[in-house]
Amino acid sequence: MPHSVSPEASPVDDTQLSQTSAQPLESAVKEEPPTSPAEDVPMSDAPSLAEPAKTKVNLEDLFDDEDSDGEFSSSVPQVKAEKSPEQEPIKIKASSGFADPEVMRAFYQRLFPFRYLFQWLNHSPSPTNDFMHREFAFTLQNDAYLRYQSFPTSDLLRKQAVQMIPSRFEIGPVYSTNPRERKSLRKASAFRPVSKELVFDIDMTDYDDIRTCCTGASICLSCWTFMTMAIKVVDVALREDFGFKHILWVYSGRRGAHAWVCDKRAREMDDQRRRAVASYLELVKGGAQGGKKVNPKRPLHPHLDRSLNILRSHFQTSILLEQDPWAGSRSAHLLDLLPDQTLRAALAKKWDSAPSRPSSSKWADIDALASSGAMSSLNPTTLREAKQDIVLEYTYPRLDAEVSKKLNHLLKSPFCVHPGTGRVCVPIDTRKVEEFDPLGVPTVTQLLGEIDDWDRENGGEEAGDGSQKKVPDWEKTSMKPYVEFFRLFVAGLLKEERGGVKREREEGDPMEF
Amino acid sequence: MIRQDFSRVDPKRRPNIDPKRRQFADPGFKQQDYDHRLNFYVVPPTAEITLEEFEVWAIGRLKVLSELEGCSFRNRSQEETTTYMTSILEKHMPLHANSSRSGILQDERKKDHYSHFILRLAFSATEDLRRRFSRLETMLFRLRFKDDDLKERQQFVDSLGLEWERVEEEERRELGAELSAASGLKKVDEQGWFKVDWERVPELVEQRRVFLKRGKAYVPAREQLSLVVAEFTRRLDEALELTARALPRLDEDDRLAPILAHLSQSFTAPDAAYSSSDAVDGLSAPTAASIDTLSQHFPLCMQNLHQTLRANSHLKHYGRLQYSLFLKGIGLSLEECIVFWRRSFKLITDEKFAKEYKYNIRHVYGDVGGDANRRGRGYTPYSCQKILTEALPGPGQSHGCPYRTFSTDILVSLLQKTGVNEREVLGQVREDVKKQRYHIACNRVFEWAHKREIKKVKDDGSWGAAELDTILHPNTYFKRGWLLKHLGEGNVGVVGDGEKMEE
Repeated sequence: MPHSVSPEASPVDDTQLSQTSAQPLESAVKEEPPTSPAEDVPMSDAPSLAEPAKTKVNLEDLFDDEDSDGEFSSSVPQVKAEKSPEQEPIKIKASSGFADPEVMRAFYQRLFPFRYLFQWLNHSPSPTNDFMHREFAFTLQNDAYLRYQSFPTSDLLRKQAVQMIPSRFEIGPVYSTNPRERKSLRKASAFRPVSKELVFDIDMTDYDDIRTCCTGASICLSCWTFMTMAIKVVDVALREDFGFKHILWVYSGRRGAHAWVCDKRAREMDDQRRRAVASYLELVKGGAQGGKKVNPKRPLHPHLDRSLNILRSHFQTSILLEQDPWAGSRSAHLLDLLPDQTLRAALAKKWDSAPSRPSSSKWADIDALASSGAMSSLNPTTLREAKQDIVLEYTYPRLDAEVSKKLNHLLKSPFCVHPGTGRVCVPIDTRKVEEFDPLGVPTVTQLLGEIDDWDRENGGEEAGDGSQKKVPDWEKTSMKPYVEFFRLFVAGLLKEERGGVKREREEGDPMEF
Repeated sequence: MIRQDFSRVDPKRRPNIDPKRRQFADPGFKQQDYDHRLNFYVVPPTAEITLEEFEVWAIGRLKVLSELEGCSFRNRSQEETTTYMTSILEKHMPLHANSSRSGILQDERKKDHYSHFILRLAFSATEDLRRRFSRLETMLFRLRFKDDDLKERQQFVDSLGLEWERVEEEERRELGAELSAASGLKKVDEQGWFKVDWERVPELVEQRRVFLKRGKAYVPAREQLSLVVAEFTRRLDEALELTARALPRLDEDDRLAPILAHLSQSFTAPDAAYSSSDAVDGLSAPTAASIDTLSQHFPLCMQNLHQTLRANSHLKHYGRLQYSLFLKGIGLSLEECIVFWRRSFKLITDEKFAKEYKYNIRHVYGDVGGDANRRGRGYTPYSCQKILTEALPGPGQSHGCPYRTFSTDILVSLLQKTGVNEREVLGQVREDVKKQRYHIACNRVFEWAHKREIKKVKDDGSWGAAELDTILHPNTYFKRGWLLKHLGEGNVGVVGDGEKMEE
């Protein structure tokens, strides 16, 4: 068991004990053992040795944390990135893949930022219903899907993750009662979703009919531009139009991105409002047979107008030059989108004679031919609008709107590992969205290797000076900037939530004690 | 101790002193005055009416509501609905404007008021009924709001006391361009603008018809309709919830309970038009292998799904859902259905199929899932209404009604591929589709494709008018089509029972 914590973990001293509130202990004791994996999940890879080690890990967690930052009260059960006192190297062989249960276990144990995840969902330093009644759904290694999991504290979430080693887990809504107790309720209607972040899912598969570089699951940098454009447009609309402030964009691990709008106002929206936001942002409609997919009202709504301005520059470079969407016979679709019969005929003739003509020239041809004077029947406004529609069809974000419309839709948690690629679902900084490189996102195996490298380099010094602050494992790796970013995001959210609570308390009835 | 004087007042004499008791005091039975034609139905009626009035008024309103529902099922446009409903409203529930100076204004309004509350009682029992009632009442309110006299409407709205922040002159000028672009209005200055939290006008946001800035929606006075209607629905939903909770206490009255039960029963839901008897009797249980042959009798929506499935060896989720339900409806058993999908998804491994698709099929049949799902034996096949009102298919999806989702040219070429080649029919279909009467178009195609057989059954009188009524369900389309093509094989007589479920 190289990378579970060794039994002789740091001894608990009295000062630490006295500082720790009784709360985590109690909840840990009361908590019935989470559905034992031995019952429903064959864990062929988990050696029985893991059991004692695990309990030890938990004990240690309950009492650690003297050195946590002062921003949050120390009475909160906090999970720190795992401290393994001996800095045992993780013996990940080059051959061990990211789906290897031991790799995933080490990831949950040492790297996954459970503590910030807890703060993010809980909106307060001490556990509230926002976290305790929140549904988690685990996808286990054998693809079994466990819904309606919930956890009183982040420790217990972490414990179960380490125990079951899900290949990923998803986050659902906060329910009116504890999801684990839903069956013991007398009335089924007493169990209903109450709040959840407003979420968006953009998936590259929806772009398949317009991207030429890759199809299906694969992506490259040139088609990631679609994602960059989508993030820019949706983000600005959510901020400017709807007034949301706390929007977290997360790389989905392979070829898409998720957005979590965490403002209180967004979390409390009902299905109708969610649908309204989704439809407001949705523009590209119609299946393969639908013909023209973008038909906005004129004059363009300010949101579309702004989006068009953002997208126009991308259209020139990313679409026309890189994607070259109308090369060869694919120009037929472009012709379908143009308004005038004579113009279409003229263009078709011209392009048929030069099959290798690149898209950018074809795009320029439209205006050239239209202004040549031969097209007296053509209304310049119609043409301009048709061209705007084309730009939008090729650049405007294509949301998987169903995800956003339902309060009880589950979405993969940030910082999970994508089971297909091994990449960590890291947050995307919208201020530097252009620089984000999906192929440069660290994989789980790479990260564990980095811990070892760091330990080798700094191992000697630390052993010499016991008083030195322990470095959490994620800080040793290239996950550091992403976790830092997430931490700041959560801190911003918490600050606002806390401000709200304080004000409420001050305004409360002074006679009420 | 200080003696409190008022406590010595004879208790019977001070029912109005203690505000907590006031709500239990006898209601002052009196006629309410109705200043406005429209009503938000906030105050319940308090005066006495006869039992007969109770029943007659309620039935009148019920007629109006079910006609209104019929309009939405038949996909009538706003204008068509308005014209159609005018005569019906005039007959059952006339409601005149103040300006009409009619002598029976108050009586009309009283009837409107009381009948609303009676139906509220009748339809608050279950979630389903509540939702339907609230939807229909909202439609009715919208209809009336629209044709109300402008000035009176304004007075009514003012009387509601909704809190709307006015947009100041300066801000309006500053945002002029955006406001005009968002609302489609040329002259921004001509009317008042309101600023509300966007959550209050989800309808307008959804259709991108208002300008949004930092969470505030800028609503032109013209769009008041949507604000007022949203408020109406919200209050009604809340009130219905309360009524439902109070309902058990009504039980002791054995005069009203039967009437109310009767009312809610006669309001049967055409949503649930499908019944298991819609499976075709003459057709021995279809199998996975026979679907290809049977697909010639399928309505266009299902043929399209079938062709897409055959072309791509795959269908996206909503397509699968729509198609599986239809197949279930024609009597394909769960086992056969799984076989059908397994064979159709040629490019997918057994493992992937079992993992990602099988559960969904079983769920549709009620083989797995929650208690309610299993007891209800899965979902009911989608009706045209359902298919026509769900979200349009996105890229790569192919569910929905082709008459609605396809562009006209592609629709026509698809129809030609399925054998509809008469120009006149195609022309009429184009016309129907343009007017958004999708399901008329579908029926037109059906009638054309079966015109010989329809003539025959009409001539020999073996099928009545009811059996040839407009088709409102893909399964009815299939069933009727199949039976017509197999006339004289001994199953003509069995049409009756299934069809009755449609009405």
